[in-house]
Amino acid sequence: MPYLHPEQDTTERRRIDPAIEMEGISKTFGSVRANHDIRFSVRHGEIHALLGENGSGKSTLMNILSGIYMPDQGTIRLRGREVVFRSPKDSIALGIGMVHQHFKLVEPMTACDNISMGTGEGLLQARGKAVSRIREYSDRFGMPIDPDQKVSDMAVGEKQSVEIMKVLYRGADILVLDEPTAVLTPQEIEHLFAILRRMREEGASIVFISHKLNEVMDLCDRVTVLRKGETVGTVDVRDTTPRHLIEMMVGRTVDLAIERPPVGDDGICLDVHGLIVRDVMGVKKLDDVTFRLSHGEILGVAGLAGSGQKELCESIAGLLRPQSGRILFHDHDIIGRSPREIIRMGVSMSFIPEDRLGMGLVASMDIADNIMLKDYALYGGFLLDRPSARRKAQSIVERLDISTPGIFHPVRKLSGGNIQKVILGREIDLSPKLLVTAYAVRGLDINSSYTIYHLLNEQKRKGVAILYVGEDLDVLLELCDRILVLCGGRVTGIVDARTATKEDLGLMMTGLAAHGEATA
Amino acid sequence: MDPTGFAMMIALFLASAIRISIPLLIGTLGETLTERSGHLNLGVEGMMLLGASTGFFVAVRTQNVLLAMLAAMGGAGAGALLYALMTVTFRANQVVTGLALTIFGAGVANTLGKSVTNQSTPRNIQDLFALQPLHPDLSGVQGIPVVGPVLQFIDTAFLQHNLYVYGALVGSALLAFYLYRTHSGLHLRAVGENPAAADASGIRVVAMRYGAIVGGGMLCGLAGLYMPLVHITTWVENITGGRGWIVVALVIFVRWDPLKAILGAFLFGALEIVGFRLQAIPALSGSIFFSQYVIDMYPYAMTILVLILANVRRKKGWQGPGALGVPYFREER
Repeated sequence: MPYLHPEQDTTERRRIDPAIEMEGISKTFGSVRANHDIRFSVRHGEIHALLGENGSGKSTLMNILSGIYMPDQGTIRLRGREVVFRSPKDSIALGIGMVHQHFKLVEPMTACDNISMGTGEGLLQARGKAVSRIREYSDRFGMPIDPDQKVSDMAVGEKQSVEIMKVLYRGADILVLDEPTAVLTPQEIEHLFAILRRMREEGASIVFISHKLNEVMDLCDRVTVLRKGETVGTVDVRDTTPRHLIEMMVGRTVDLAIERPPVGDDGICLDVHGLIVRDVMGVKKLDDVTFRLSHGEILGVAGLAGSGQKELCESIAGLLRPQSGRILFHDHDIIGRSPREIIRMGVSMSFIPEDRLGMGLVASMDIADNIMLKDYALYGGFLLDRPSARRKAQSIVERLDISTPGIFHPVRKLSGGNIQKVILGREIDLSPKLLVTAYAVRGLDINSSYTIYHLLNEQKRKGVAILYVGEDLDVLLELCDRILVLCGGRVTGIVDARTATKEDLGLMMTGLAAHGEATA
Repeated sequence: MDPTGFAMMIALFLASAIRISIPLLIGTLGETLTERSGHLNLGVEGMMLLGASTGFFVAVRTQNVLLAMLAAMGGAGAGALLYALMTVTFRANQVVTGLALTIFGAGVANTLGKSVTNQSTPRNIQDLFALQPLHPDLSGVQGIPVVGPVLQFIDTAFLQHNLYVYGALVGSALLAFYLYRTHSGLHLRAVGENPAAADASGIRVVAMRYGAIVGGGMLCGLAGLYMPLVHITTWVENITGGRGWIVVALVIFVRWDPLKAILGAFLFGALEIVGFRLQAIPALSGSIFFSQYVIDMYPYAMTILVLILANVRRKKGWQGPGALGVPYFREER
C-alpha cells in the first residue's frame, strides 16, 4: 500500500470524512472502567493531541485503536468506513501505526530486521529491497538510520526513529505516538517535531499523546482531553491556553508554578569525591564523580537514561560498592557500610524504577506491610508491630491523599501515581537527613506530580538535603537549586538552575558541551 | 600397535561417536526450535520416549518405516501439543508442565513398550538403516601411499553412515536456513525475543508458538525413535536413558544454533563412548575412572559442567531468546 495518495491534494482530503472516528467506546478491566463512552475523531493532515492524567484512559483508547485491546462497546470508523479490529494485524493493514512509549523493538536484531518484520511476502527474506525502502523513507523524512545496526547499540532517539520507520514501512498514514518525547533530549525532540510536521504536510494524521503542555501547544492542531475514562472535550489549539487545558484535565484550577524555597545554611550534608564505579564487565559506569550537597538544597541530576544515575543512587544507598572515591555523609565515609547502617544514619532512598514496582515495594503486599518492610530494621524485635504500622499507613494515606480502598489493598492494584506516593511517603516518614529520589514523578500526571514537588519542598524547608534524579528538564530547572549533568558516567557540568537553559542541559547531556562550576 | 591400525581405531571411534550423537542432535534441533519461540519445554525426555515407543510399536506392527516415523512424530507431537495448550493458551508454568510431560511420556512409553519388548526392528527397516557409503568404490586408491590411508580414514569416520545420520545433518542445515534466511524464521526469533514487539508488528504470536512447539516435539519424537529402531534395534524400558535431559543442556551449550548443535552433539556422543573404548586398553582398565559405573556418569557430569560454564559466561553477548520461559498475554496491564 502506498504511503499516501498523491492524486488527492491535502486540502481536498481535509474536506472529506475524518481519518478516524471513534464513538461510544467503552472498555472495562475487571472492576476498573478504563474507557466510558469515549468520542474521538482525527482529521487528515492534522496533529491531534490526546491529553489526560494517568488512568484517564488514553493508553487504553489507543490500544483499542491499534487492535491490542478489543472494546466492550462502541464503533470505530476509518476514512468513513466502519471497522472491527481483532488483532494488531488488522489495524496495521488499515494503515494505523502505533509508536509505543516503551519501544516494541527486538533489541538483539538489526534495524532492518525490526522494520521489515511481519511484512515480507514469500518464503525468503529480501534484505536488499527492505534496505532500499528504508533508505528512501530515511531521506524523505530526515531520519538517518543505519539498517545494519543492532537496536541494542542505538541511542534512544535512534530507537524511536526505528519505531517510526516501522510504521511508515507498513504504509501507515495514521500514526499514534504515545508520549514520544518522555525520554528524548531537547535537540532530539526538535528533530522529532520536524519529522512529524513533514508527515503532516504530506497529509498524514498523527495522534500525539503527551503530558507536556508546551509541546502540545507548539506542535498540535487540536486537542482532545480525557478525564477518568470519559471525553471532556475537543478544542482547537489556537483557541486555548495551557491553563485551560489543565483545567479540563484535572477538573479544577491548578497552580502551575513550582516554588523554590531558598537554600538552607546548615552546612554540607553529602560530599562525594572522585567516585568511580565499574560494572561486572569492568566498564566504568561512574567516572570521577565529584559534588557537594548542602542541607536544605535540592540538587537535580540530569542525563540520558543509563548515564550513571542508577549507579550514583545505589552507591549512596550502599547497594553498590564503588572502586574508588569518597562518599562523606556528615564527614563520615559511608563506602563499605551496609544499606541498613546507612539508613540508620539518616539516608533515605526512593528509587522509582521503570516498572515502578521493581525496587522499593512488594507488589502483592498491602500498604501497611510495605511500610513495615523498612521499619523492621529500625525497631527490631521478633514480632511485627502491626498496630503502629497501621497507624503510620493511615497517616501517610491521609497526608499524601493516596486514593485507595484501604491500607490493606495490595499495592499492585494502585495506580502508578499512588504507588509512587506510597514509596515517597514511607521514606519521608523516616525523617531522613538526606533523601535520594530517582524518577519520583515518572509517568505521573500533573496533579500527582505537583503533590510530589510540594512534598519535596516541604522536606527541603526542614533542612533535608535532596538529590533529585529527574527526566523532565523543565521541572528540573524550576524545582532544583543546582543541576548536575551526567553523560556516560562523567559529570559534564554542575549549573545553577536559575540561569541555565534547557538547550545548555541538552548539550551537556550528550557530551557536546561541558561547563559549569569547578567541581573540586 | 602400528600407526595404520591406530588411525583405523580412531576412525572407527569417530564413526561410532557420530552415530550415538544422532538422537542428541535431532533432539537439540527440536528443542532449539521450541526455545526460539520463547518456550522452555523440559519435556524433551518424555517426548523422546513417546516418539520412541509409538514409532517402534508401529514399525514392528507394519514393517513400514514411513508410518513408524509419522507415528513417532505424531506421538511426541501430541505431547508437545498438550504442552503448548497448557503453557501458551492457559499460561501454566512452563517448567512444571515440562516436567509433567516427561513423567507422562515415560509412563505411556513403558506401558506401550511392554507389548513390543522382545521384538526387534523388522529386517527391511534394519537394512534400510544399514551403513550407506557415500562415495564410489575406493579400493583402487588404497595402494597409494599417504593419500590412500588418509582417504580411508575419512571414509571410515565420516562417509559410512546410515540414512538417519545423513538426514539429521541435512535437518540441521535446513533449520539454520529456516531461522536465519526466511521470513517465518525471523518472525519466530522475534516472537522468542520480544513477543509484544512481534505482536505489534502484526506477527501471530500464538500461532508461531504452537507451530514451533509442536514442530520441535515432532523432532524430539524422531530423536527418540532412533534408539529402538536403529541403535539398539529392540525395545528396553527407559530406552532414551536421560538423553532428553542432556539435550536441554546442549541447547544452551550450542547457544540455540542448529549448526553448532552438530558439533555439540558429537562432543557429547564421543563422551558417551570414550570411556568404553579406553576400557579396552589394558593399562587403563584397572583404573576407577574407567569403571563402567563411572564412565556412565561422564555425559551427565559434562551436562552439569556445561550449565555452570554457561552461567559463568552469562554476562557477555546474546544469552538466548529474551522471552524464554515468560508467558505472553496481549491484554496484560
